[in-house]
Amino acid sequence: MATTAPESFPVHEDAHHDAHADHKPAFFQRWFMSTNHKDIGTLYLIFSIFAAIIGGGISGIMRFELQEPGIQYLTWWAEFLGNPAGDFDSALHLWNVLITAHGLIMVFFVVMPAMIGGFANWFVPIMIGAPDMAFPRMNNISFWLTFMGFCSLMMSAFMPGGTGMGAGTGWTVYAPLSTTGSPGPAVDFGIFALHLAGAGSIMGAINFITTIFNMRAPGMTLHKMPLFVWSVLVTAFLLLLALPVLAAAITMLLTDRNFQTTFFTPEGGGDPVLYQHLFWFFGHPEVYIMILPGFGIISQIISTFSRKPVFGYLGMAYAMVAIGVVGFIVWAHHMYTVGLSVNEKMYFTAATMVIAVPTGVKIFSWIATMWGGSLRFTSPMIWALGFIFLFTVGGVTGVVLANGSIDDNLHDSYYVVAHFHYVLSLGAVTAMFAGWYYWFPKMFGVWHSEFLSKLQFAIFFVGVNLVFFPMHFLGMNGMSRRYPDYNPAFELWNWVATRGYEIMAISIAVFFANIIYAIVVRKKAEGNYWGEGATTLEWTLSSPPPFHQFETLPVIDDKAGAH
Amino acid sequence: MAGTKNHDYHILPTDPWPFITSFSALVSTTGLALSFHDYPFGTYLAIAGFIGLIISMFSWFGNIIKEARAGDHTPVVQLHQRYGMILFIASEVMFFVGWFWAFFDFALFPSELTEVVGGVWPPEDIHAVMDPFDLPLLNTLILLCSGTTVTWAHHSLIHGDRQGLKQGLWLTVILGVLFSFIQAYEYMHAPFPFGQNTYGSVFYMATGFHGFHVIVGTIMLIVCLVRAYKGDFTPRQHFGFEAAAWYWHFVDVVWLFLFVAVYVWGGWGATIH
Repeated sequence: MATTAPESFPVHEDAHHDAHADHKPAFFQRWFMSTNHKDIGTLYLIFSIFAAIIGGGISGIMRFELQEPGIQYLTWWAEFLGNPAGDFDSALHLWNVLITAHGLIMVFFVVMPAMIGGFANWFVPIMIGAPDMAFPRMNNISFWLTFMGFCSLMMSAFMPGGTGMGAGTGWTVYAPLSTTGSPGPAVDFGIFALHLAGAGSIMGAINFITTIFNMRAPGMTLHKMPLFVWSVLVTAFLLLLALPVLAAAITMLLTDRNFQTTFFTPEGGGDPVLYQHLFWFFGHPEVYIMILPGFGIISQIISTFSRKPVFGYLGMAYAMVAIGVVGFIVWAHHMYTVGLSVNEKMYFTAATMVIAVPTGVKIFSWIATMWGGSLRFTSPMIWALGFIFLFTVGGVTGVVLANGSIDDNLHDSYYVVAHFHYVLSLGAVTAMFAGWYYWFPKMFGVWHSEFLSKLQFAIFFVGVNLVFFPMHFLGMNGMSRRYPDYNPAFELWNWVATRGYEIMAISIAVFFANIIYAIVVRKKAEGNYWGEGATTLEWTLSSPPPFHQFETLPVIDDKAGAH
Repeated sequence: MAGTKNHDYHILPTDPWPFITSFSALVSTTGLALSFHDYPFGTYLAIAGFIGLIISMFSWFGNIIKEARAGDHTPVVQLHQRYGMILFIASEVMFFVGWFWAFFDFALFPSELTEVVGGVWPPEDIHAVMDPFDLPLLNTLILLCSGTTVTWAHHSLIHGDRQGLKQGLWLTVILGVLFSFIQAYEYMHAPFPFGQNTYGSVFYMATGFHGFHVIVGTIMLIVCLVRAYKGDFTPRQHFGFEAAAWYWHFVDVVWLFLFVAVYVWGGWGATIH
């Protein structure tokens, strides 16, 4: 812990020393050479929104293609993106490219940059009373590596990748489709995109762990840290330990593709299932990496607008630790149909079900926090309530899928698609919007419209449920994921899901309208605009906070409830 | 900017190198991906990217050394660096876990399906393996020995013996370079090719990545040696040296696992070259 020793730091007693804290560098330096956690957080948020437009646009193309059986628009899009005219194979390949790009963009370039890069960068240092991150330059390279990874992924769409342009491997990049099945450089560009973004995330993880362990203000013990900081700490450990295994796995893909190694090639004794093990050893912690910061955001919001500390604070913190630890030993529940032995399936079923326990602790503690609280239904609170409901729906279908015997039937069906979109696009993304409206005036100093935020929630809630709830029915009835065409019997619910997408798209228009409202109206936000109940350190600062906050470290009172 | 700051943390001015480094990384991966598929200029692009990366690292790390000399590395900042290095090494450990996972999968459950492997390890197609108690054992001793010489250098540094520091570092660097040369010699005379079956794949990739880490560690130690001659490092503050030493021990431990698992156990009972 840093203790302040003012005598060792001669303070410049010049006239404008107040201005120092708010002195901002010139435009280019500020945004391309930044070493400021708040500016880098803003960069991440802008990047995430930009990537979400592309990733969400891709899901629009997919949804409209799927609204009726047969191939509608794919041939046109394939030609538009540079494939030979009328080539049916390249149209079908484009479908694979779309699902791949949608998955990779949403996971690596939307949710992770927004949650960890954006909100955590902005608020972890502030919440623990630190002036910045431990490694400000490394913070910046984390962002730019993520950005360059995105560039590499975008370039891959315009490279030959087999029967058409682009990497069409699925976000899991399974061999042998990703090795012998995808000649041409597109998949190599995709693999390097993951290398670049992964390196950025590992450095980000090192930065967050070091910051949280070493830069807490005097009196801010681990057990007083706000739950959002706890969630980021656990997330950072998952990133640190899971991503290097992915790096090894995709490096094996790279050498299998280009240098005649046979890691995943049966002709040389290799094993495609090994890739799946390595991938999901990373992939399962990865899904917790996406949701844990959301848990943290929701805890802050529920507590603030119930005007109560979170119920069972320590239980909430250690529930996240438990989810993180157990998350490393359940990976093969993604692989029930590869030919695992019954014993392996029994183990992974049981271990997976165990995760429902700490997750249940969290859900019930949020409800218990609200119980008897003095509730205020502000826009972030409404998004948070929506999160609790939607995430629980995704959670219970997760318990269904955890059963190896049931998953034999549901594997790779739309039931799985419904499940993970309920926890991610309806869980993690809802948490992102909750955090966005909770902190928007804090980050940018001006108010969004509470009315538009609530309107967006109402439309979004209807839209996403219409998109994804019918997918449960489709999956139960045997519709497989990752195909552009389907049995006409599935037409009704696909039509409904596409209408749901349109409604959801309107809610995104309201989101942008809200940003425009904030820019145009410029209604100034006070320091603690949520008033009583908002107790974490960001509410002790102005909105937006000074360019360098806490030039004198805050001291946390023994009795004050930091959480 | 640090005019009014009232704490021991290191608040940095804006810096161009993160962006330049990232861009160089993108140029080199783009060049590599293109060169894999024989596109024109792919190799040149990759080389340009690597040059950019080397310049970036040289400047960035050089700046850190300058900041250390300027006294920016207060005790708490040094603690950050320690955490950072330990966490970086932890992530490196997990990277090698991936390679060992592949190795043990292939060795414990050799493929039954093909005559290439035939359900045995080393695979049937591998007619001879390296004698683990020949050059690999020598390399093990060299690395273990270098672990002691770097500790010698460290103790000399702590006790203010600059001569011992330099001697210990020289020996460590020489042993590190020797290891790399012996490894290269071993690769050139290996009785099995790179790739083509699981043995050749996992052997060369696992030991190759280890060798790459040895080279990186050697470069770190060479930088420490140069800095020792320039008069850097004090008995109380020498984290650059410690980071290099930690990394060197990490590389050493990985080798011990490779030696025991891949060379000795993984080649047990096979014909020796």
